[in-house]
Amino acid sequence: MGLLSDPNRRRALTKLLTRLNAPICVMCYLAGVAWFMGLAFEPFTLRTYMSENAMGSTMVEERFPAGERALATGREFAAHKKKVGGMPVDWLVKTMQSRGLEVFTQSFTRKLPFPDENKERYMVRGTNVYGILRAPRAPRTEALVLSAPCSEGNNNNQAVGLLLGLAQYFRSQIHWAKDIIFLVNEHDLIGMQAWLEGYHHTNTTGGDWSPLQGRGGSIQAALSLELSSDVITSLDLVLEGLNGQLPNLDLANLFYAFCQKIGVLCTIQGKLQRNDWDTTSGYSHAAQTMMLMVLKQASGRPWGDHGLFLRYHIEAASIRGINSFRQYKTDTTTIGRLLEGMYRKLNNLLERLHQSYFFYLMPSLSRFVSIGYYMPAFGLLAVILLLRVSFHLWDNRGFYFYLTPSSPGVLSILTPVVISHMTGVALYTLPILSQEMAVQHFPVSETEAVVLTAIAIYTAGLALPHNTHRLLQGEGTEEGWRVLKLVALLYLAVLLGCTALINFSLGFILALSLVPIAAFITPHTPKALSAAIMVLLSPGCTLLYCVFVFQELQETPVSLQDGWMLFLSVISQGILDHALYGSLVYPLLALLIYPCWLLLWNILFWK
Amino acid sequence: LWKFMSAFQQCLSPWKFQHPLSQQQFAEEERQWEATEVKEADRVPDTMQTPDVPPLTPAKDQFQEELVIRPLHSGDIYASFQFRTMWDTDFLRGSKVSHYRLFPKSLGQVISKFSVRELHISFTQGYWRTMQWGQPFLPSPPGAELWVWFQDTVTDVDGAWKELTNVLSGIFCASLNFIDSTNTVQPSASFKPLGLGNVTDQRFLRYAVLPREIVCTENLTPWKKLLPCGSKAGLAVLMKSEKLFHSSFHSQALHFRPVCQDWKCKSTVWELRQTLNVVFDLHTSGQGKRGERSLKCYSMVIMQACVVFPLQGELFELSPTTPLLSQAVVLGDRRTYSVYDLTNQATFGQTRSLNMLLRWRAAESGDMLRPLLHGERYVAGYGLQTGEIHTLMYNNHPYRAFPVLLLDTVPWYLRLYIHTLTVTSKGRDNKPSYIHYQPSKDRLRPHLLEMLVQLPPNSVTEVTMQFERALLKWTEYTPDPNHGFYVGSSVISALVPSVVAMDTNSTRECPLFSSFFPCKEESSYFMRVYTEPLLVNLPTPDFSMPYNVICLTCTVVAVGYGSLYNLLTRTFQVEEPSPGLAKRLANIIRRLRGVPLL
Repeated sequence: MGLLSDPNRRRALTKLLTRLNAPICVMCYLAGVAWFMGLAFEPFTLRTYMSENAMGSTMVEERFPAGERALATGREFAAHKKKVGGMPVDWLVKTMQSRGLEVFTQSFTRKLPFPDENKERYMVRGTNVYGILRAPRAPRTEALVLSAPCSEGNNNNQAVGLLLGLAQYFRSQIHWAKDIIFLVNEHDLIGMQAWLEGYHHTNTTGGDWSPLQGRGGSIQAALSLELSSDVITSLDLVLEGLNGQLPNLDLANLFYAFCQKIGVLCTIQGKLQRNDWDTTSGYSHAAQTMMLMVLKQASGRPWGDHGLFLRYHIEAASIRGINSFRQYKTDTTTIGRLLEGMYRKLNNLLERLHQSYFFYLMPSLSRFVSIGYYMPAFGLLAVILLLRVSFHLWDNRGFYFYLTPSSPGVLSILTPVVISHMTGVALYTLPILSQEMAVQHFPVSETEAVVLTAIAIYTAGLALPHNTHRLLQGEGTEEGWRVLKLVALLYLAVLLGCTALINFSLGFILALSLVPIAAFITPHTPKALSAAIMVLLSPGCTLLYCVFVFQELQETPVSLQDGWMLFLSVISQGILDHALYGSLVYPLLALLIYPCWLLLWNILFWK
Repeated sequence: LWKFMSAFQQCLSPWKFQHPLSQQQFAEEERQWEATEVKEADRVPDTMQTPDVPPLTPAKDQFQEELVIRPLHSGDIYASFQFRTMWDTDFLRGSKVSHYRLFPKSLGQVISKFSVRELHISFTQGYWRTMQWGQPFLPSPPGAELWVWFQDTVTDVDGAWKELTNVLSGIFCASLNFIDSTNTVQPSASFKPLGLGNVTDQRFLRYAVLPREIVCTENLTPWKKLLPCGSKAGLAVLMKSEKLFHSSFHSQALHFRPVCQDWKCKSTVWELRQTLNVVFDLHTSGQGKRGERSLKCYSMVIMQACVVFPLQGELFELSPTTPLLSQAVVLGDRRTYSVYDLTNQATFGQTRSLNMLLRWRAAESGDMLRPLLHGERYVAGYGLQTGEIHTLMYNNHPYRAFPVLLLDTVPWYLRLYIHTLTVTSKGRDNKPSYIHYQPSKDRLRPHLLEMLVQLPPNSVTEVTMQFERALLKWTEYTPDPNHGFYVGSSVISALVPSVVAMDTNSTRECPLFSSFFPCKEESSYFMRVYTEPLLVNLPTPDFSMPYNVICLTCTVVAVGYGSLYNLLTRTFQVEEPSPGLAKRLANIIRRLRGVPLL
């Protein structure tokens, strides 16, 4: 306490902070990165454990016998799908009804803001079919969901077959305490979005769907199944959902526990678990797995059909069957048994899954890093911003800078702030609004038009500092840029802090690139060099690096050319995710992060 | 004396359904079990008596029991037991009623102590699936429901209600003691007395639902004990817990009310009706298909099959057949029942056992006539701050509108925004002709909303209301707060146009003169539909929070308050330049001497 109330010692502290400011900042930055990389090191992580008592101690038996029949149903489904050329609604309704479910359908239409070239769709029209297995003597208050997408081509037929097989098997069981909803959704996430919005009667993104006729109360958990081959070598668990939300860790634990029990190879991020943590390759394997999770989470997009459930506080995950060239194969009966076991345990839940962590990173399926362990990495980066605030607030002797009569007017600070944000708004709105005009005047498709407009506006923002000053009278003062920098630092600190609380990965990646430039940019640094560094560390370029790193981590490296094309498609996907599912990454970058970066750019070119 | 009862116990026999011959059908068929009547212990009935015709010489108390079995369209089997005890006595004279024979004494004492005029209590496990099963004979909401009309002589109704719920809680081994002012309401129109009497002042009515109540054998046993012979004789022998709870739906109820003694209605008698409704699942207990299967639940069968008009529309046939057919209009639908009267020796034949065989005629039962009225309810929205309750009411009648009374009871911790109440049918605003709304008081009473809404023909009427989720005090959360909080079912009461009146084809078998004007007395019937209860999640703290709060508070107090206090109480002085060496030495000496420093 004496430290704060004693002016002498306080001055000594501020003196220390201002004198050693730069070294401390560099140390913090390095420590933050090192801390983050250390998270993947096994001795620093925790072993996963089942926290939910209702799922832990209860024994269930898995007796699902009908894998072959499920595959036959899947083939029948494929034949009908081919015949109809889409979702075989009538066949599904009849099949589900014959299995004793209450069957309902939901039709939906969706017009995308611009054509999706990855999936080749623009006007989407489809039907979801779902059957509800009513639990005996249950009052329709709780439900579990098992979903399988009806995909184009020959994908996921086995998943639908297994879903129907499980429905038939579950129907003859007596121990269900929650209704089980078997959902076959068309057009993957768009259908899922329509169904979920219909179920909860919300409309966040302006889709058009018909209301649902049957419901099962509040959904407690959901699994989405993707299976495209008769036998598989491993099952992959996908957790990352919309806006980087993750399901409760107990869901991952449950999956892992049953994989262990039944003897199925299981992966996360497509990577098997290794035991040689003490070797370099073992560590780098874990680090790669974790970095993949960080990148996927930072992207804010749903990485499976489960991703949209999380908004409704429904714990959900996707289970994806992978068939590679390994020897050891698992048949459909075993997968059915695994799912049966998981549903039996979920059925035993007395409360929603809430005991375990909601914020975590996983370097492997049996290890996790909780929020308490990874937040310091971000904290070390964020503290740099505060240190720099103190640096600009106090002079070398530890006194506040006093505002002199020549202190800058509000206008000179406000103008760059407002103009930067206007640019951000333009970046957010113009690409979609101006696509028609762009298509008329340039030889590009709509999708290209949107992406290229976005890049053009982004680049045009670089010319702002020269134009901002035309609006102002007189020269920018020394105090002027200091105040602007203080504003930018505090703004960035608040932004990154809030982002990291919601989506750690996104916050951390942005902090990695933005904090150095925010910390050291002044009008007095060499202009050309600083400008080059700033552009290289701008949010757009960060996205580009992330694309390359992601491909590298997935062991599918791409050439520069392909990487660029991928980068363009990532931008269009980001805009689409925002328009279709309400992902917040694109508006965050366009409306807040990019203007903040522009403020820093303004400081560099302060006159 | 009870000798036909012993006959029951001997006729143990499985009851089989056999695979149908394929034949397309549209009508449905019902079977009904038995109508036996136990009268005075010294009177052995020798003739069958239908329940509708009062006995010629009324006894002081009498007992009837009946089991109706009805194959449902979904293939499930609905069994409805009814036990009726009638007693001509005056409970109001309090302790003077001391001699109990058929009427359960435990209940009689309660009724006379609390001056109960009507009492309806039901315990239900499961939700009646109206769209699959049609209408139940006696509707009930999931969980426990209790409504009571007190005599108008009762002065402290709330006190009597409080005590009564606690006593009933003991009698039925249920958590009825959780009924308090926060879940009790006084509906103004939805629950009128079912018995005689013209007291309709809602001050004497109390209604409460406990949607969370779990019903199991521990509730069945005390319920069975209220029967004159317990589960020792009569149809109650059939009620084996392990079978009754191996079902899709289980509901047991008890209704006590005053009724007319005879058709002249010169005096009233008290009627105690105990009912048990069970639906057995086709899939889980059998082979999954509508094939040959046995219903082992009923070890003896006394049944009454009914054949619906037209006769070629039979779905299944029964053997042996019974000569006794009775036609009745139940829930607006005219059905013919085959009655197997167990009091009649001829029903058994020499074997003293009755084997019933039911043979499905059609593999698929065709389309069920959609129930004319049903309701649904769900919570819309996401997040833990606000939400919206949607109640859907379906009128499936092709051309007739009818009014319904909707009763909604919502606990106080969902703060209803009543200004957001909207009622829409067919995309247009539907203005309720009567609204009774009683706002909630925190921790004291729930919201009560009653509305009279006209449902247009062939339409869905949607009632929506937004609410805000309250933050409870941390001791008010249940032990499993993350499970969610229950909101009881809405009650939809209606006078529904009869299916008989709707059926224009019924004219073809009747004489022409009888069918020009619609038959008025059958043109509508009373119906009550319950929606599903809701499970709503409230914002729930992390319950390690008290510890965190303590730690945080201590830290804040120590750091924040401490330093602030320090700053406030410290006297600041202008710093003097440090004294010279001589002065410091002098001061040391002075300190040793104990005199003030320089």
